[in-house]
Amino acid sequence: MYTQSLSIPEGSTNKSTKAIEALEPTDLMTTFNRCIDSDGRIEPQNWMPEAYRKTLVRQISQHAHSEIVGMLPEGNWISRAPSLKRKVILIAKVQDEAGHGLYLYSAAETLGTSRDEMLEALHSGRAKYSSIFNYPTLTWADVGVIGWLVDGAAIMNQIPLCRCSYGPYARAMIRVCKEESFHQRQGYEALLVMMAGTQAQKNMVQNAVNRWWWKCLAMFGPPDEESPNTAQAMRWGIKRISNDDLRQKFVDATVPQAKILGITLPDPDLKWNEDRQHYDFGKIDWDEFWATVNGEGPCNKERLATRVKAWEDGQWVRDAALAYARKQNIQKVAA
Amino acid sequence: MNTKTVQTKTLSEWPLWEVFVRSKQGLEHKHCGSLHASDAQHALQMARDVYTRRQEGVSIWVIPSNHITASHPDDKSEFFDPASDKIYRHPTFYNIPNEVGHM
Repeated sequence: MYTQSLSIPEGSTNKSTKAIEALEPTDLMTTFNRCIDSDGRIEPQNWMPEAYRKTLVRQISQHAHSEIVGMLPEGNWISRAPSLKRKVILIAKVQDEAGHGLYLYSAAETLGTSRDEMLEALHSGRAKYSSIFNYPTLTWADVGVIGWLVDGAAIMNQIPLCRCSYGPYARAMIRVCKEESFHQRQGYEALLVMMAGTQAQKNMVQNAVNRWWWKCLAMFGPPDEESPNTAQAMRWGIKRISNDDLRQKFVDATVPQAKILGITLPDPDLKWNEDRQHYDFGKIDWDEFWATVNGEGPCNKERLATRVKAWEDGQWVRDAALAYARKQNIQKVAA
Repeated sequence: MNTKTVQTKTLSEWPLWEVFVRSKQGLEHKHCGSLHASDAQHALQMARDVYTRRQEGVSIWVIPSNHITASHPDDKSEFFDPASDKIYRHPTFYNIPNEVGHM
């Protein structure tokens, strides 16, 4: 359930990739570039430039963190789901997000980072994750809207990642995309049910859409002209479609769905442009976006605290599993 | 964070396992990913939860990752080349009259 083409620099090291590439051995660089140019795949054992490795570690780990933190806004509603049916659906979806996080951590580990390092970066607040999860889920309609819009945006973003030049990441994304479709459909269907209900339920859906729409558009990341890393990521075959193009695809796909649902998307500038054969839409509040990315969103602190608490509360389980494994080993050696 | 050392120690002691899943009876086990687990039984349960939530498998193998020996990508040309000039190992190498039909 990740949408943001994040890959936002964390901490100090943000050297120009060109400078780093110049330091790489020319013959290895040629082999690597030839593989990328022929749309080949790089596997963990292959040589790769350090900047490529670093970019991937950052992007895949941020992606994994997003899946893990992404469980929290919806997890809040498991005990409050309106029916048993909706409850088992929501549990299955949240469990999927955990699974997606695990696929992605494994993919990142093939690049030489460890699970501990990544978790430590998340728990200490150093690592970024998709900032969409730093907004609250105020009503049951928010859960439906997250499925429909947030997961819908995630699918837009993740489908091109299935063709990413790094093999383990691409394979993880194929697995994720297969499961993601259920997430979007269950959300949309939950909203359809509410829209067939009372006026209060309809208002609840509309209000939730009003709260999430602009946040979802921002999730595709800054405009292309302000995304200095996009060109390099495209050169490397990590990114296949630019932020703005993905955003446009998402708007074009969502407008007809909103009509069928019977809600209004909260943008007075949203209209069909016959020349462009796309929908035009209004200006995104990037200041608000960056404030949330940089820790000032309404739930940043709460999400991180919940995540750290879950980790610490689970410590005894991890300790017990390890103690058991050790005891079994000793018995095996003795036998 | 004062839990940092504890976290690092604990997880780094959970070894990495490679997971192979047989999607249905009669097919081979196929590699599908990896995971951390404290022991083999734990790895099997984790693999079931992580890789077979939608009936993707009827059987799972887990193998400690450090027990796998892999060919080295740099040896690719020498290691696999001996096969590349032996085109007579392929059925299409042989011309058979059309009237023979399928063979």
